[in-house]
Amino acid sequence: MSKTKDQIAEALAKTGYVADEGLATALVLTEMLGRPLLLEGEAGVGKTEVAKALARLEETDLIRLQCYEGLDRSDAIYEWNYQRQLLAIKAREGSGDDANSVEEAVFSEKYLLERPLLSAIRQAEPPVLLIDEIDRADEEFEAFLLEILSDYQVSIPELGTVEAVTIPRVVLTSNGTRELSDALRRRCLYHYVDYPTPDREARILLSRVDGLDARLALQISELMGKLRKEDLVKIPGVAETIDWAAALLGLGAKDLHKNRELVFDTLTCVLKTREDKSRVTVEVTDRLLGKVA
Amino acid sequence: MNALRLETREDVGAVLRARLAGFVRSLRDSGFKVGLAETSDALRLLQSPFVHRQDRLKSSFRTLFCGRLSDWKKFDELFDAYWVGRGVKSGVKISGSSPRKGMKTIREMVDVEGCRQDTIAGDVERQPGEEDEETSETPSGRREGASVAENLGQIDFRKIEDPEALKQAHELAERLSRSMRVRLTRRDRQKRKARRLDLRRTIRHSIAHGGTPLELIRKGPRQQQLRLVVLLDASGSMNNYTGVFTRFVHGILDNFREAEAFLFHTRLVHVSSALSERDAGRALDRLGLMAQGVGGGTKIGEALADFNRWHAARVIHSRTCVMILSDGYDTGAPDVLGEEMARLRRRCRRIVWLNPLIGWEGYEPSAGGMQAALPHVDLFAPAHNLESLAALEPYLAGL
Repeated sequence: MSKTKDQIAEALAKTGYVADEGLATALVLTEMLGRPLLLEGEAGVGKTEVAKALARLEETDLIRLQCYEGLDRSDAIYEWNYQRQLLAIKAREGSGDDANSVEEAVFSEKYLLERPLLSAIRQAEPPVLLIDEIDRADEEFEAFLLEILSDYQVSIPELGTVEAVTIPRVVLTSNGTRELSDALRRRCLYHYVDYPTPDREARILLSRVDGLDARLALQISELMGKLRKEDLVKIPGVAETIDWAAALLGLGAKDLHKNRELVFDTLTCVLKTREDKSRVTVEVTDRLLGKVA
Repeated sequence: MNALRLETREDVGAVLRARLAGFVRSLRDSGFKVGLAETSDALRLLQSPFVHRQDRLKSSFRTLFCGRLSDWKKFDELFDAYWVGRGVKSGVKISGSSPRKGMKTIREMVDVEGCRQDTIAGDVERQPGEEDEETSETPSGRREGASVAENLGQIDFRKIEDPEALKQAHELAERLSRSMRVRLTRRDRQKRKARRLDLRRTIRHSIAHGGTPLELIRKGPRQQQLRLVVLLDASGSMNNYTGVFTRFVHGILDNFREAEAFLFHTRLVHVSSALSERDAGRALDRLGLMAQGVGGGTKIGEALADFNRWHAARVIHSRTCVMILSDGYDTGAPDVLGEEMARLRRRCRRIVWLNPLIGWEGYEPSAGGMQAALPHVDLFAPAHNLESLAALEPYLAGL
């Protein structure tokens, strides 16, 4: 099933994700070496999209675990269904079963609630497991994530060890709000997702916004490239570019040079803080537009 | 799934293996965290037909060996230097050539004692004959340090001239930062006693007793530990203090679970990774290499702007205390400093500014930069001797 890098990039493009060369290599390697892939980068550069596109490409399920502060075993791996367990105990009270058999019945598969990590290793087809924004979870969570990522097994005290049926393809993303542990970094392959080059961004726009003209797409992405170099508090990501392109298209823009006012008015799609809004004035917009072909 | 996986290693020639080992070594010297698993994966990669083109090899190795953004940025240069022989200079420099002549290094200022012999920069800078004294140190030296501690604690750092006394001051600074950490943890635990009932877990544990809640499980707001971010001024005017402060910061980094350190003079350098080395001597060697140009002028405002722009989002959260160790003599514009301080203030919980000059008689914070920064500082405290550093502990614990 292995593919070369170019084939992967091409196949990804068909699913709507325009990958750069390094990323295609990284994806080939995750398959070859069987390691998880850690994606880092600014917010909005399309890290999560990589996992989604990979799932579409392999035609498997995407299992997503969104991390947050306080995420623990019972939310990430498994939990017992207490209500059902209690009911089962009450129902058996008069039946004269001995304690051992009640216990065995209550701690069985039937009462186990699978959470994303456990469910990911028990699929018949290897799924894509996306562990999103791992930097938001606590360090304690990282520790037991390591156990799963290295052995692909989960130990449940009452039930025993659950071995992986298939090894999922794991993609982790991080925004860098917290420094990740070296142990986790070492276990993963690493790819830094940067803002796309104008050319690549234009291709992303073309694949995402229906009815967009190639020339306009290139103009928009070039302007975005210039805008990102300005001293902004919140640098706009690819998602913002797509929104902006859709807005411009919807308002009937054909050429950015001929619709200067419209460009300035629709900048709300891209600039998300007050400081940035006040910094990018009409003059700045004109200056940036002047550099765009 | 792993169709390309190759098991044997025989077909990669011994030469190539040796070259790869050399490459891994040069990566490690540049601060990459590369283990055996990565090396053996790299060998496997070399055997697969996928990487027989050089550009593929590079991007494959980059994905495999890098662990963070800083690695990512350095990698191309290192790879070219090693495999292609291009730009050798910059590749090698990181691992150990001596700093530029005429510049004062941190190492010289700090006068590290008891450092390891095998450190690279140490060999370059150490005076002949100095070594024997250092290595013949006995553990009993520690006790001596403690007994002199009382009077040492009150002496201004710049007045300590005897190298022996200075060394003890360094050790004391490091131990001080250690004890601070222990006390902070203790407080944390006591607070945890006041907790509410966790009904979900109580019921879950009651199952073992047939539905009778025998064990009561409690919960409470999880105590998030204080994160400390230290910005250390290493400009010329701070010369007398940089040594002790660096040791203090090293101790903090070693012992706080969450701490980051930055050093600034005319520009800002992230030095956490250098100082995370356990051995103080080695840590300072690495620091010296990372922060060349120490001892010149200061642009506090610009350094802070740099910090706000590139690092703040990552290292600061709502329970972060930013500690600035500086005398406030700024060669940049005071407005910039004021503006950046205000920006920093909005992000973090507390700003502590430690100024060694406060300890001087008749000092008024009249320097332009200091004036601009003061409105945004929560605690403006002296830091000219060890006692003043120790006085910080209750304040940090109360955050």
